[in-house]
Amino acid sequence: MSDVLLSVDHFTKRFGGVTAVNDCSFSVESGSITALIGPNGSGKTTLFNMITGYLKADSGSITFNGETITRPRPADLYRKGLSRTFQQARIFPELTVIENLVVAAGYSWKGLFGKRVSLDDEVRAQKMLHEFRLESLAQLPSGELSYGQRKLLEFAAVLMSEPSLVLLDEPTAGVNPVMIDTMERHIRERNAAGVTFLIVEHDMQLVMRLCNPVVVLDQGSPIAFGAPATIQTDPLVLEAYLGS
Amino acid sequence: MKALLARVGVVRAVAFFGVLVIVPLVTGQIGWLTNALIFTIMYAALASSWNLVGGYAGYPSLGHAAFFGLGAYSMAIVFNGSVYGGYLPFVMLPLVAIGAALISLPIGWVAMRTRADVFAIVTITVLFIAQTLAFNFNTVTGGAQGKSVAPAPFDVSTYNWPFYYAMLTLLAIAMGISLYFRRSKIGLSLATVRADEEKAHGVGVRVTAVKLIAFAVSCGIVAMVGGVWAYYVGFVYPQFAVDPLITIGMVLMTFLGGRGTLWGPVLGAFILVPAQEFFAFTFGASQLYLFAYAAVFLVIMLFLPRGILPSISDRLRKKRAAANGILRDASDAASAVSAQPAAHQTGVTR
Repeated sequence: MSDVLLSVDHFTKRFGGVTAVNDCSFSVESGSITALIGPNGSGKTTLFNMITGYLKADSGSITFNGETITRPRPADLYRKGLSRTFQQARIFPELTVIENLVVAAGYSWKGLFGKRVSLDDEVRAQKMLHEFRLESLAQLPSGELSYGQRKLLEFAAVLMSEPSLVLLDEPTAGVNPVMIDTMERHIRERNAAGVTFLIVEHDMQLVMRLCNPVVVLDQGSPIAFGAPATIQTDPLVLEAYLGS
Repeated sequence: MKALLARVGVVRAVAFFGVLVIVPLVTGQIGWLTNALIFTIMYAALASSWNLVGGYAGYPSLGHAAFFGLGAYSMAIVFNGSVYGGYLPFVMLPLVAIGAALISLPIGWVAMRTRADVFAIVTITVLFIAQTLAFNFNTVTGGAQGKSVAPAPFDVSTYNWPFYYAMLTLLAIAMGISLYFRRSKIGLSLATVRADEEKAHGVGVRVTAVKLIAFAVSCGIVAMVGGVWAYYVGFVYPQFAVDPLITIGMVLMTFLGGRGTLWGPVLGAFILVPAQEFFAFTFGASQLYLFAYAAVFLVIMLFLPRGILPSISDRLRKKRAAANGILRDASDAASAVSAQPAAHQTGVTR
C-alpha cells in the first residue's frame, strides 16, 4: 500500500529572476488521493506542468512507476498511464462528446488508419458516458456543453486510457455546488477502483474531506506534508497562508 | 432521415463527377471552355489537397507551390525529348507523388515545429528558395529560359481530353483522400491538432506523425497536379511553375468555400477560377483583374467569414434548432455522423 507511484526529485524552474519551483521533492503513494495546496503563486500549476512535460525543468526529474524520467513528454507519459486535466477544462470543442472520449482512449498505429469511431470505440466510450451520466449528450458538439459539463468530460476523457495516476488541476474551480459533489463522487469511485490522484485544489473543505495526504507548497518548495488534520494546525502552513 | 442524408452525399458526388465526365463528350472540344475547365478542375484538386494541411490540420502552408513546381520540373526534365506515345507521363505520376512526398517530409518536420503565422512564413520561404533554385540551377532547370515538355502526339480534335481526364482523376483522388481522412482516426487526430495541439499531446495523440502524414500526402498530390499542368502547357518557366499566385489561389479558394470541409475547396475553385478568367478577359492584359479577384473574396469573407459551406450549415442548423426548439436535434443530423459508423453523411454534408 505504501508503494511510491510518482516521486518528484529536486525539481527547479526559474522564469528570469523568479524561482517558481525551488528544489522541490515529494512523492505520491499508490492508491492515495494526494492534495497539492498552497497560496496563489506558490508554484502548483508550474509543478504540474513540469511533471507532465509541458514545461522543461531547469533541473530535477520524476520517477513514475519505477522509471526515472528526466525529460518527460506529455504524450509518452499519457501512454504510460499518467494523465492530467487543465485548470480551464480543455476539450476539443468541434468534436462531439463521444469523439472527445475516443480520441483520448489511445490507439495503435494500425488504428490510426482505421475508422474514426469504430464499434469497439463506441462500446468503450458508452461505458464511460454511462459512468459520468453523459449518455444523452454523446452526439452533441462538445463546444455546446456548460463549463461544469466540460470539466466532467475532460475528466472522463483522461480516464479512457485507464491511467494509474491522474493529475487534476482545480477540478471544482468555477463549477456549481452540485457539480462539486458529482466530481467528488467520481474521484472517490475511481480511487476505489485503484486510480491514484494528485489534486491541486483551492476548496479547502473538499481537500480536507477527500484527500490524504496533503502537500503544502510555498514559494516553490514543500513546507509541510501529512494528514489534513495535522496540516491544518501546522504553524508554517498558517504563516504561509495568513502571513506572520 | 439519416439514410436519406447518406444518399444525398453519394448522389452529389456521382452527379458532380458524372457531369464533369460527360461535359467534353457533349460539347466537343471548344478551346476556351475546355481550357477553363481544365484550370478550374486543377485548382479544385490543388485546393482540396491544400485543405488536408491548411484545413484539417490548421497549418496554413504558403509553400505548396514549391511542390507544384517540383512536379512540373520533374515532367519537363524527364520528358524533355520525347513523351513516348503520349501516355507515359500520366503513368509516371505516382512516382512524382512519392518523390515529392519524400522530399516534403524533412521540410514538414522542420516547418511544423512552428505554428500559425510563423509556419506560414517558414513555408513561404520554402517557396522562394524553390523559385531561386529553379532560376539558377541552369543545368537542370534551364534557368530563366525554362524547360519544355515534348509535345503530345494526340489528335488535334481531342487534344485536351487526356489532360482534362487526368486532372479530373487527380481531383477525385484528392477528394477521396479528403473523405478518407474525415472518416478515419487521422482526421479525428488532425481535428485535435487544429483545436488545441498542446492538449492533443496530453491525451496521447501522435501529433507529429499525423501532421507529417497530412503534409506529405498533400504535397504528393500537388506535385502530380503540377506534373499534368507542365505537360499540358508544354513549357515550364520558374516564375509560373513556382508561383506565389498558385499558392494564394489554393489558400483563397479553400478559405472561400470553407476550410476543413470536403466540398468547400472545390466550390471555392469553381467560383474563383471562372471569376478570374472572366475578369482577366474583361480587363485585358492589365493586372487589374487581381483587384476584382480580391474584391470577390473580400465581399464573401465579410458576409460569410468562415467560408461559404460552414456559414451556410451554421445558419441551417440554427434555423432547424429554432424550429425544433431543441438544439440537440439539429446538431444530431450534422454531427452524429462520425459516431454512427453506418452513416455516410459526415464528409458530404459538412
